[in-house]
Amino acid sequence: MSLLAVHALSAFYGDFQALFDVSLEVAEGETVAVIGANGAGKTTFLRALAGALAVPRATVVFDGQPVGGQAAHRLVDLGIVMVPEGRRIFPSLSVQENLLVGAYRRRPGPWSLDRIYLMFPVLAERRGQPGTNLSGGEQQMLAIGRGLMANPRLLLVDEISLGLAPIVVQSLYQALAGVRDEGTTVLVVEQDVSRVLTMAQRVYCFRKGAVALHDVPARLTHERLAAAYFGTA
Amino acid sequence: MIWLDTLVQGILLGGLYALFATGLSLIFGVMRLVNLAHGDFSILAAFLAVALVQALGVNPLVALLLVVPVMGALGYGLQRVVLNRLLGRGILPAVLVTFGLSIVIQNGLLETFSADSRRLNPGGIETASLALGGGLAVGWFSLLTFVTALVLLAGLQLLIGRTALGRAFRAASDDGATAALMGIDNGRLYALAMALSLAIVAIAGIALGIRTTFTFASGPDRLLFAFEAVIIGGLGSLWGTLVGGVILGVAQTTGARLSPGWGVLTGHLVFLAVLLLRPSGLFAPSRRVD
Repeated sequence: MSLLAVHALSAFYGDFQALFDVSLEVAEGETVAVIGANGAGKTTFLRALAGALAVPRATVVFDGQPVGGQAAHRLVDLGIVMVPEGRRIFPSLSVQENLLVGAYRRRPGPWSLDRIYLMFPVLAERRGQPGTNLSGGEQQMLAIGRGLMANPRLLLVDEISLGLAPIVVQSLYQALAGVRDEGTTVLVVEQDVSRVLTMAQRVYCFRKGAVALHDVPARLTHERLAAAYFGTA
Repeated sequence: MIWLDTLVQGILLGGLYALFATGLSLIFGVMRLVNLAHGDFSILAAFLAVALVQALGVNPLVALLLVVPVMGALGYGLQRVVLNRLLGRGILPAVLVTFGLSIVIQNGLLETFSADSRRLNPGGIETASLALGGGLAVGWFSLLTFVTALVLLAGLQLLIGRTALGRAFRAASDDGATAALMGIDNGRLYALAMALSLAIVAIAGIALGIRTTFTFASGPDRLLFAFEAVIIGGLGSLWGTLVGGVILGVAQTTGARLSPGWGVLTGHLVFLAVLLLRPSGLFAPSRRVD
């Protein structure tokens, strides 16, 4: 059975429909990527999964339980945790306090401050500084660490490569691989297609708020991807 | 010596103003809510103490032990049932609703307790004073109020700086939407902040009622002084709120010393001067916007 099953999810911002009948499944322990151009609905999709958007209860099923539209803190209790786009570090909190806020619900699990500091030693060095004093890449590490502190079963990761140098992105994806190896299910949203093809077991490509293509990376040729991405086929 | 006395009285009065201002500052900081009924809640607490003193014959300081949790519970419920629905729609809905609450509370108090002015009598402490030598004396009760303000502010500072709840307050203040994604139940958090706010202003109201007479309509003045203390000190700074209260208190006692009618006016003038010269207040934390 899938850990996460999304059935015909539609989502709206007021009168504007951002998602059209999106269906998607993620098995426990799997890493799945959602790719697509700007405005394809990727972030909206993650926000709906994380409880930041009102959607019908039955459209999102997590571990056999319908959870669509539940309050975000209830979803965190179940283990659905999001690393938001743009990092969204709390500026008046120190690095360590930012991590501790991630553990606010006290969900039990393998992740602790020590484990996060082991994974990202730079965060340990700068634990007393304001979170927003860090560089962009370090802030992204902090955002990932903060999400892990909630001990997620399903980690939703939104555009972690945005605006960062390739070498930094490389190390962030290495960290995510470590998270996956821990047994955590990961759903990444990414614009950097080549990056996710090496990491994800399955890829969904969104276009204009709907799933345009869905396959394993090995079968995704450049032509099929381009067709799905830009709608040129 | 008379000026030293004025200064000391003003500083101690500032402690009372800080008690009024702290809750106002806290809820604005956590959820950007301006509570125009804040002063009326303090007077409501004072009248609750009056009722308890009449019904049970207890000392107002004993009544305080009951009134404070009751006001805290009222704040929690009010936030959950009413005020949480207004957040995220700009500042105006909350301003209108709390303005309405202010009118409701005042008229409710008028109906229940009449327009007579009241005073709480704790049995002597309000007139006892401590001689400091050189003809200088401070009232025990003023001193007690000031120390209470210090202890409460220190406690609140610890709560906000060192505990998980305090981290959640700061996180929600920075970015409520992201705080919710981290598992913080903002509705409950805001209700806890309002509970704290009204519990603290209940202490302020009862201290006021022991210090001076009050009527059903005394709330708005208290709100004004609380606002002035918060703005002088700088929004978001707890110790700034105390300093703001002290500056306001000293300004008022100094003005009143010059001429009995000038006290409140001098306070307003000092407030306006601060607003003109340092609109963000004297101790506003500089916050980097990312």
